[in-house]
Amino acid sequence: MPAIQITNLSKAYGEVKALSDINLSVNGGELFGLIGPDGAGKTTLIRIITTLLLPDSGCATVLGLDTRHDYKKLRGLIGYMPAVFSLYSDLNVEENLNFFAGVFGTSVRENYDLIKGIYHMLEPFKHRPAGKLSGGMKQKLALSCALIHRPKVLILDEPTTGVDAVSRMELWDLLHEIKDKGITTFVSTAYMDEAKQCDRVALIQKGKIFGVNSPNGFAQMFPYKLFAVYSSNIWLHLESIRQMVVCETAYMFGNKLHFATNSFDLRAENLRESLLSMGIDAQVDEIEAGIEDYFIYQLSEKSRS
Amino acid sequence: MAQGRFLNFVSKEFKHILRDTRTLLIVLVMPVIQLLIFGFVISSEIKNADYAVLDYSHDYLSKQLVQRISSSGYFNLKGYLNSFKEIEKAFKNGDAKLVLVIGSHFDRKLQNNRYAEYQIITDASDPNTANILASYAQSIINSFTAEHHAAGQPRARVNIQSRMLYNEEMKSAFMFVPGTMVLILMLVTAMMTSISITREKELGTMEVLLISPLKPWQIVLGKVIPYIGIAFTNVTVIILMGITIFHLPIRGNLLLLVGVSSLFILLALSLGILISTLSSSQAVAMFMSMFALMLPTILLSGFIFPIENMPQLLQWLSLIMPPRWFLSALKTIMIKGQGLQYVLKEVLVMLLMTTIFIILSIKKFKVRLE
Repeated sequence: MPAIQITNLSKAYGEVKALSDINLSVNGGELFGLIGPDGAGKTTLIRIITTLLLPDSGCATVLGLDTRHDYKKLRGLIGYMPAVFSLYSDLNVEENLNFFAGVFGTSVRENYDLIKGIYHMLEPFKHRPAGKLSGGMKQKLALSCALIHRPKVLILDEPTTGVDAVSRMELWDLLHEIKDKGITTFVSTAYMDEAKQCDRVALIQKGKIFGVNSPNGFAQMFPYKLFAVYSSNIWLHLESIRQMVVCETAYMFGNKLHFATNSFDLRAENLRESLLSMGIDAQVDEIEAGIEDYFIYQLSEKSRS
Repeated sequence: MAQGRFLNFVSKEFKHILRDTRTLLIVLVMPVIQLLIFGFVISSEIKNADYAVLDYSHDYLSKQLVQRISSSGYFNLKGYLNSFKEIEKAFKNGDAKLVLVIGSHFDRKLQNNRYAEYQIITDASDPNTANILASYAQSIINSFTAEHHAAGQPRARVNIQSRMLYNEEMKSAFMFVPGTMVLILMLVTAMMTSISITREKELGTMEVLLISPLKPWQIVLGKVIPYIGIAFTNVTVIILMGITIFHLPIRGNLLLLVGVSSLFILLALSLGILISTLSSSQAVAMFMSMFALMLPTILLSGFIFPIENMPQLLQWLSLIMPPRWFLSALKTIMIKGQGLQYVLKEVLVMLLMTTIFIILSIKKFKVRLE
């Protein structure tokens, strides 16, 4: 039995279709990522899974319990961390944790082993009001609060949004630890580079899911040959590079340029020479596509169609 | 376990209130200030109102009359005027609120059993005060002339003596202490609870509370309990201040008073909960409380404007205003000293309203976000 099963799920707000005909299955013990841009329907889907919203049609079950009819049983089995900071900013770290433990009928001591990893980072600030913590610390506290009752399924809505790069890494490390303790973890994020942290990933855009796969699986679905082009101020030449006959698509990827081509016999030195003839002196390497390349390809395909 | 869960919730709520100086000020200090303001600034009592005399007689009895009025405690003699023209000047300068004109030969006319002439002129730019002043002066003069009218020759005549029962001294404390109590209870219980519940919605904490094993009634009751405590503190403080500072007698049964107050607190709370289920943000809750609770409490409950003087339509409207019934019961118990049978109607109406609000709140409470 999958931990989360979503079948033909649709949801509209008036005229706006937030989710249309979603099917998804998350296995027990999996770290599952829901990835898509803002406004894709991530929060709506999460709120339906957490029993906070009802779908217009279709159904969602968590741990075999229907989110519509068995919501009373289900609540309490889920750990949920909403997208907005949802702790009491006038209560300090310790009080927040004790409060949420109490609300779920347990105590911090009882489940200390589960949150130990996170809590020792928070310990030095335990008397500080939650409102005065940094963004990363706030999220760690919210994560502890969502975990404190040892849920079977943990659902996190954009936990890394608005958090600095180091804290983001730390949060993902924590999520791996949680997953290793056997808790099914469902995470949404708008950052594509976080996809590779997940066991499996669903890509969502405009209320539709267009692909569920492992990060590697997605990378292998990339249909072109890919080169990385390094040169200073390469972005200045983006438009002219896109005009090249062999160029299928080109886009900035961090400080380098990814160049995709349909001509599978094109080699790195050929491309380097062509660029040089255009007055661009660049280093060119042939690379394996990553999951992000696939997402960029998919998103642009979708927006073209 | 469920017990501990609930206590945990209540103690969190107390922490919110105790740590927020603004809330603390609103719920604990504001009632005291409001009562003092109503008591000392907006007072309808007449004390030492300035008056002037235009005396055409200047004889023994006319001076006696002036002395009698001045020593009544209600009036303060600002001086004598010399001509009729000066009257308007005295009003315009604000020197006097009332002018007493005594006709010529006051002494002789009174002694000879003829009509002595006098006139009372008031500054009616404030009609209520003018009315009260005129009637006070009238009654002092009446009793004075009755004593001196043809002394020694008793005469049969009608003598009207009006008495202001239950508030012989026309103290405004009788009006504003119960009124302030209603206002404060509405504010503290209904408005503060509706705001504190909607705050959880706005913060997003309601999402987490909803998916917790807490039952909806536990969430609501947990949020409400601290305010019940505060409301009782307010009732006690207001009654004590009424007794000590404003010399308000509590004539009725204290237990009945507390009972009726508790009922109203419950009523206001259920109204606050209903508002919180209908509004999605603190601003909306605040707005609804202001218009649905504060204005009617002040305007339509009979606190400031007597219900009997309202247009028929507003009188009907006042029937559905919870504070109207509490205020009426409060006055009956505190000031008239009556028992339960005299406030039975009020109690039943409030019970009915509470039941309706609670049923509506339960129906409207959302176990989800929509």
